[in-house]
Amino acid sequence: MASETFDQRTRLPPKPKFEAPAERMAAGGELMALRGVTRHFRTRRHDTLAIDRISLSVNEGEFVCIVGPSGCGKSTLLNIVAGLDHPSGGEALFDGRRIDRPGRERIVVFQEPALYPWLNVRANVELGLKIAGIGRSERKRLADRYISLVNLRRFEKAYIHELSGGMKQRAQLARALAVEPRMLLMDEPFAALDAQTRDVLQQELQEITSRLKTTVIFVTHNVREAVILADRVVVMTPAPGKLKTEIAIPLPRPRGPDSHAVVDLAARVRTELQHDIYAAQSAEDSYAI
Amino acid sequence: MPSSGMHGDEPGIALTPVDIDTTSVPRGGSTTARFRELDASGLVLKALRLAVFYLALLALWQLLYSLHVWSPYLLPSPSDVWHSFIDYVDNGLIQKAVRASMQRLVLIIGMACGSNKYVDETLGSLVLGLQSLPSITWLPLAILWFGLNQNAIIFVTFMGSVGAIAISARAGVQAIPPLYRRAAATMGASRYQSVRYVLLPAMVPSMAQGLKLGWSFAWRSLMAAELIFVTMGLGHLLNLGRDLNNMSLVLAIMFVIVAIGLAVDRIFFARVEAWVVERWGLEAA
Repeated sequence: MASETFDQRTRLPPKPKFEAPAERMAAGGELMALRGVTRHFRTRRHDTLAIDRISLSVNEGEFVCIVGPSGCGKSTLLNIVAGLDHPSGGEALFDGRRIDRPGRERIVVFQEPALYPWLNVRANVELGLKIAGIGRSERKRLADRYISLVNLRRFEKAYIHELSGGMKQRAQLARALAVEPRMLLMDEPFAALDAQTRDVLQQELQEITSRLKTTVIFVTHNVREAVILADRVVVMTPAPGKLKTEIAIPLPRPRGPDSHAVVDLAARVRTELQHDIYAAQSAEDSYAI
Repeated sequence: MPSSGMHGDEPGIALTPVDIDTTSVPRGGSTTARFRELDASGLVLKALRLAVFYLALLALWQLLYSLHVWSPYLLPSPSDVWHSFIDYVDNGLIQKAVRASMQRLVLIIGMACGSNKYVDETLGSLVLGLQSLPSITWLPLAILWFGLNQNAIIFVTFMGSVGAIAISARAGVQAIPPLYRRAAATMGASRYQSVRYVLLPAMVPSMAQGLKLGWSFAWRSLMAAELIFVTMGLGHLLNLGRDLNNMSLVLAIMFVIVAIGLAVDRIFFARVEAWVVERWGLEAA
């Protein structure tokens, strides 16, 4: 069963470079749903409400960016979808089933390069496939394909500490894509990179996800990044983390970082965000008094 | 290719060896490929320095002997020591002793390796306590338990090294970044798979260190045990030298002990360390 879906996915004919977002959104029904998800963190003295009654639905083939200031619970949200964390209330569903554990159909790309230093790039990419129980020749084929896709062919024999930050994230992306997950969860994957590398990787990620029609939830605090990548931007407010607005990004792809439309929409998202940050701060101030 | 901008940050690669050099490479670890270009002329100079130093030491020894500071049976001349060494090599006693000592040691390190998996937190505190106990103090007990045979020595040596190895293993597990496990989890790894593919390989650097430590503890305990307890080992030969008032033999044996210690350290563990540094990068501190 599992190997069938793999074959089907990899035999996809190469698509034209980019597709209109409208076409992508029409691609499938609801893949992931959060219904009133709440998460408390209890320490001895405090009971912190990290996220508060969040409901969110993501369709198959959709690229959703979650933006919000640090501490708004967006990483917690992502962890719940990943199955690495569990909601205190509400429910998280994937393909109609309750998410109760991590699984390779929802793979996470972490902010820090979560690669294994004792393995070279290729072995890192193949590890996910090994864990999935995929045979040697199939592993090799899939690793070849996805290492090429992220332009790491020349470095496939390199060990992790020999790679630059950008290359590490490419490798991590290749490892995640190689198991052909139904959903990619990206937790600020480009936050630690320099601006130029980040621009390049944003463009490549756009191209790759358009071509593979991957469903993506991408967490970031960089508004422009969100507008470049997303079909839909979800704005979260901090303390406690709540979902404020959703803004559709109906721009054609590829989207350059400096196109007027991107800059305009980014300004709109930023206004939403700033309003919330001020509101949160004044709330904190009044609490202090 | 949209990736052209990426290659701008490749110089990062060139920087890493510098970091490694300053932080984590022990002096003996110069076999790493990266340092080979330095080695060509540097190694000759180093060898020269070492030769000068040891020749000077030999000269000093000969001088002390010639001045009759101590009587010859307390401090024999270097040539006496050498002759004694050759004699015992000729009659095969030293080889036999080395073999006896090494056999025991290999066995012991193997046993310690095998058992470290089961070391958990409760055992950890016990091990830490036992570690402060010189392992030779186990000898009376060992003789009672195992009788007058090789097993008593194995036990003493084992007690000398098991603590160091166990403590390193425990530290190794604790030092593994939680991210490694999370990454394995998100790839759908089972408990067994995350131990097999992540936990064990991630422990290798600290295990290498633990084994090195364990080896040196084991080697010391072994010599101590052999000194006290009669078997056919280097420590026993040392004692024999004392009984026969043969100080040349004693010194010759001491050199053999040092030589074996150095050889194992420089040849075996230096390679392991170089390999660990190369594979694990900066994390093999």
